[in-house]
Amino acid sequence: MAEITNNQPNIATIGDDYATKYGFRDPEDYFHKGARGLNHEVVEMISRMKKEPDWMRQFRHDALDIYLAKPMPTWGNTELLNSIDFENIYYYIKPTEFQSTNWDDVPENIKNTFNKLGIPEAEQKFLAGVTAQYESEVVYHSFQADLERQGVIFLDMDSGLREHPDIVKKYFATVIPPHDNKFAALNSAVWSGGSFIYVPPGLDVKIPLQAYFRINAENMGQFERTLIIADRGSRVHYIEGCTAPVYSTDSLHSAVVELIALDDAYIRYTTIQNWSHNIFNLVTKRAMAHKNATVEWVDGNIGSRLTMKFPCIYLVGEGAKGEILSVAFAGNGQHQDAGAKVIHVAPKTSSRITSKSISKAGGRASYRGLVKVYPKAENCKISVECDALLIDGASRSDTYPTMEIDADNVRVEHEARVSKVAEEQLFYLTSRGLTEDEARLLIVNGFIEPFTKELPMEYAVELNRLIELEMEGSVG
Amino acid sequence: MKNTIFAFKNIHVQVESKEVVRGVSLEIGPGEKHAIMGKNGSGKSSLANALAGHPAYEITKGEAYINGQNLLEMDATERARAGLFLAFQYPLAIPGVTVANFLRSAVRARNGGDESVLKTFRKDLMEMFAFLEIDKSFAARYINDGFSGGEKKRLEILQMAMLKPKMAILDETDSGLDIDALKIVSKGINQASPSDGGVLLITHYQRLLNYVKPDYVHVMMDGRIVQSGGPELALKLEDQGYDWLESKNARAVEV
Ligand SMILES: Nc1ncnc2c1ncn2[C@@H]1O[C@H](COP(=O)(O)OP(=O)(O)OP(=O)(O)O)[C@@H](O)[C@H]1O
Ligand SMILES: [Mg+2]
Repeated sequence: MAEITNNQPNIATIGDDYATKYGFRDPEDYFHKGARGLNHEVVEMISRMKKEPDWMRQFRHDALDIYLAKPMPTWGNTELLNSIDFENIYYYIKPTEFQSTNWDDVPENIKNTFNKLGIPEAEQKFLAGVTAQYESEVVYHSFQADLERQGVIFLDMDSGLREHPDIVKKYFATVIPPHDNKFAALNSAVWSGGSFIYVPPGLDVKIPLQAYFRINAENMGQFERTLIIADRGSRVHYIEGCTAPVYSTDSLHSAVVELIALDDAYIRYTTIQNWSHNIFNLVTKRAMAHKNATVEWVDGNIGSRLTMKFPCIYLVGEGAKGEILSVAFAGNGQHQDAGAKVIHVAPKTSSRITSKSISKAGGRASYRGLVKVYPKAENCKISVECDALLIDGASRSDTYPTMEIDADNVRVEHEARVSKVAEEQLFYLTSRGLTEDEARLLIVNGFIEPFTKELPMEYAVELNRLIELEMEGSVG
Repeated sequence: MKNTIFAFKNIHVQVESKEVVRGVSLEIGPGEKHAIMGKNGSGKSSLANALAGHPAYEITKGEAYINGQNLLEMDATERARAGLFLAFQYPLAIPGVTVANFLRSAVRARNGGDESVLKTFRKDLMEMFAFLEIDKSFAARYINDGFSGGEKKRLEILQMAMLKPKMAILDETDSGLDIDALKIVSKGINQASPSDGGVLLITHYQRLLNYVKPDYVHVMMDGRIVQSGGPELALKLEDQGYDWLESKNARAVEV
């Protein structure tokens, strides 16, 4: 980590921005691209193409009814939310007929895209397994053979359902049922792709598993579904990243992620969200932590037009621990409505929420948090820290913290701060020869250091680079 | 004008729409050390901040040159790159930014972005840590974050040594140092002062001047230099305080 923040901005090359780096698009040459819009026929078609068991087909139809019946949220950025044209979205695109386990079998265009995004390289260097999802389907998947031999399951969700129907049926939608919220219902109706992971008791998956999500088509809706089960005493770290081309009209990404950490298990789930600024990112993420289990959400939000995402942990077993560490970067035209929820159900559970947000050029970052302690959950420990940094006067940050504590002997620490990049700090750094942009970037990188230091080295470098791009010419 | 490394003439400084420096002039030749003394609130730091380009300290009148270049046409960054250095009276903490990363950026910046100067960076840094008797672990600590008063001052001199300025203004770098630290910091100042560069020491105490010997001593009062002399002036101030100057100055105003 010590070497990371010295990737100082080179003002000369700082101009190659999202559009050229991630925002390129491939020509569409798809195996299947349905019509725009959503109805029961679309759901039926998806389920039929996937040759799903009847219970899943029914689950989807029921979920669609729930989705159609539920009103749009009346809280949050309703203006942006209501601007989504759901009839204009493609709900299912299958780019290739088959999934590959060898990059050479992936169609040239798609392979080149993932090459440019550095996925095969990362896979070789520091990952135990990779899935690469393009539009609605996972087009590439690999997993280390020895982990597979030891009983670890790492598949795309569709293959998971096919190959391990019992485990999937037992856990699927138990953490986030379709009626949880409108977008969870939407995902439940049209879900496709995502990851399915099961780690057997006692096993430690030492190297991270990664999924990368790419949207290519305009007006695409991507609805991946991820389910991770860490059996008793096992450990796993899962990382996801995402990008999309820059279009003038909107696309939608609405995922559901369910984590189950059984007794003494450990799950860390790391996200670097870097969608282009035309993507609506409405995601439901929730974890169940059983006795003495630990769940950590490490959640970085850099991209998207509007993100609404509040990773949640239910501490249902005695002694369970939950940590949510998040960073949100809101630039021009962006609203990062992010936060965290922890529900203490069992005694002696502890949680820590650290939320950092940066707003610049009129961007808006919101922290929305809920900590709830049920009467039985005595002797809990809770710490919440929210830090917002405003780069300029045009930007905005708000916090909506809620605490409902109905148990005795609960220790709560809560801190919230909003600060501006201080003139004094800027002067200190510029008086050493740094330009104002360099100084501001250094201060911002320092501000999110508690987050970056939790990332594997390669991702920390990548995150700092993304922030550098976003900070470019931040103040005129 | 004589051959100067740093010169300013009739400088007026305004902060929060109040004039706190009211016509100060000084010429510093190569290899010269000057000291400015003066009571609290007399405008010493305001002068230093304004010269280093602090945006809150506006120079409303006067001229200033570093190495013959017009200082007042440059922003803080350019002044630093032209070789000016200010050791802060109250160094700022920058959480999350390590000393090593910061210094690496600063050294590169000071040299106009030239990467090749960084080849020996690690080695130079470690040598300077040893010379200033700073524990190596400080390289990985965040700038001034949780540092003691004395540690902050040592870090300022470490920065000076790494950045090799042509002209260093040291604002009360001796304040808050224990006796051993004062010696070490003085040693650092002497070593980091280039033979052809200039140093301006702002201090309240004669004892620093025992270790870093000034050629000239100036006294500031109410935004002006009211007296200049050799090192003996500092001894006289130590001995007699500022009263004699105040009455003399008051008379001057009356006349
Ligand atoms: N940022 C500021 N805002 C408002 N007033 C200021 C500011 N900086 C300096 N001043 C005022 O300017 C005057 C000179 O202050 P300055 O810090 O320059 O004094 P000094 O000679 O350095 O004092 P000391 O020996 O205590 O460090 C004081 O009256 C001070 O209150
Ligand atoms: Mg002062």
